[in-house]
Amino acid sequence: MLRIRGLTKHFGAKKVLDGVDLDLARGESLVVIGGSGTGKSVLLRCVLGLERPDHGQILWQGQPLAGRNRDAFMQGSGMLFQHAALFDSLPIWRNVAFRLLKTMPAAPARRIAIDKLARVGLGPEVADLHPAELSGGMRKRAALARAIAADPQVIFFDEPTTGLDPIRAARINALIRGIVRETGATAITITHDMTSVHAIADRVALLDQGRIRWQGQPGQMDSAPDAYLRDFTRGIWRE
Amino acid sequence: MNPVRLIGRLVIALTRQTGRVAIFAGRGLAGIVPLQPDLLLRQIMQIGWLSLPVVGLTALFTGAALALQLHSGGQRFQAGDVVPAVVAIGMARELGPVLGGLMVAARVASSIAAELGTMRVSEQIDALVTLSTDPIRWLVSPRLWAAALTVPLLVGVGDIIGIMGGWLVGVNVLGFNSAAYLSNSWAYLESWDVVSGLIKGAVFGLIVALSGCWFGMHAGGGAAGVGRATTNAVVGASIGILAANFILTGLFF
Repeated sequence: MLRIRGLTKHFGAKKVLDGVDLDLARGESLVVIGGSGTGKSVLLRCVLGLERPDHGQILWQGQPLAGRNRDAFMQGSGMLFQHAALFDSLPIWRNVAFRLLKTMPAAPARRIAIDKLARVGLGPEVADLHPAELSGGMRKRAALARAIAADPQVIFFDEPTTGLDPIRAARINALIRGIVRETGATAITITHDMTSVHAIADRVALLDQGRIRWQGQPGQMDSAPDAYLRDFTRGIWRE
Repeated sequence: MNPVRLIGRLVIALTRQTGRVAIFAGRGLAGIVPLQPDLLLRQIMQIGWLSLPVVGLTALFTGAALALQLHSGGQRFQAGDVVPAVVAIGMARELGPVLGGLMVAARVASSIAAELGTMRVSEQIDALVTLSTDPIRWLVSPRLWAAALTVPLLVGVGDIIGIMGGWLVGVNVLGFNSAAYLSNSWAYLESWDVVSGLIKGAVFGLIVALSGCWFGMHAGGGAAGVGRATTNAVVGASIGILAANFILTGLFF
């Protein structure tokens, strides 16, 4: 469904992505892990068109992700940003219904927004509040509601549990897992939270020094021969 | 480094940056179609209506001070009577648009840069892209057009208030006859004096919004980056207004 080949990206002299190859099947939940600054976010931003790669190809359903194919891809995608990225000037329901409001009147869009908020455990009383009036966890859930509002085929999650306490993080993980299963959407998550990895992933890819160093199922991580992967998953630091 | 090479690099960098800003402005102006009336109206209120008090007060005190200065200076060569006409012409041609533009720059360029800069560093602009929304169309176009449309109106209102400021001082402090003051104000004022000031206002409004949008959309580096964007937007807009005023005055008169 989504195929990445030889993706390279520099920032000045620093090579952040160095020929990333990755495939994603329909309905699969891929989690990309890796240390801070290894290019996980840049990889996601390249797929979403927020950064232009220097080299390489991203194919969506066999076609290069450009022009009308990019437009169609973006129309069918949802994204949960690390810090929610809700629009401060809009009430929550307008944030959630942002994409819907382009194609339908306000009343049905609001109804759908309230349904989506309920799906992530937020009541209708939240609909008319502004993002600044919500806690961090509630903002994240509202952003998740926005990501799924238009029933996307592909959902991207950027560090979905960052800044949340373990219970709220577990709730977000459970929501992501549940939503991906219910909708059959394809999901790409980037994180270094190993609890999220085990909760969300069908497959895990380790990004290191701009390349995919290892990929496999979450259950294979502990027995993998790669010492760096084992250290990473167990949080072991070696001098 | 070789000075010729240094100058060459600076010229290339300046040309490249000017080109980028011009393309950004062009995309911003073209992005108003198809019209999104609610976005445009919101910016008209933010940029135009809410700037009225500060522009009005600036014009009032400027007109009043100008009347005092002209009377005091004019008396040296028995020309104290020119106060009404020169206040009117000065406000309409120069002081109304320039001071109004500078006050709008202080209020609006900073506000736009801070808002868009915060949106940039908090990934809200990236979120717009992921929601299949062009940030230029959504954020920049309504601000450019709202400023270009409303600043001339502010200048027009400022001209009237400035002339009234001169009239207040003229009648109450300098001993002018009220009716004669007003009559002299209009008698020497030509329509081109007013129209040229309004055209200046439209250009200054565009410069203010463009500066705020450019620096806001290109902010980076967290809160410090937003602070720098805000400062640069006000400085850029102010210098842009003064430079454009010189060029337009040369073209018009």
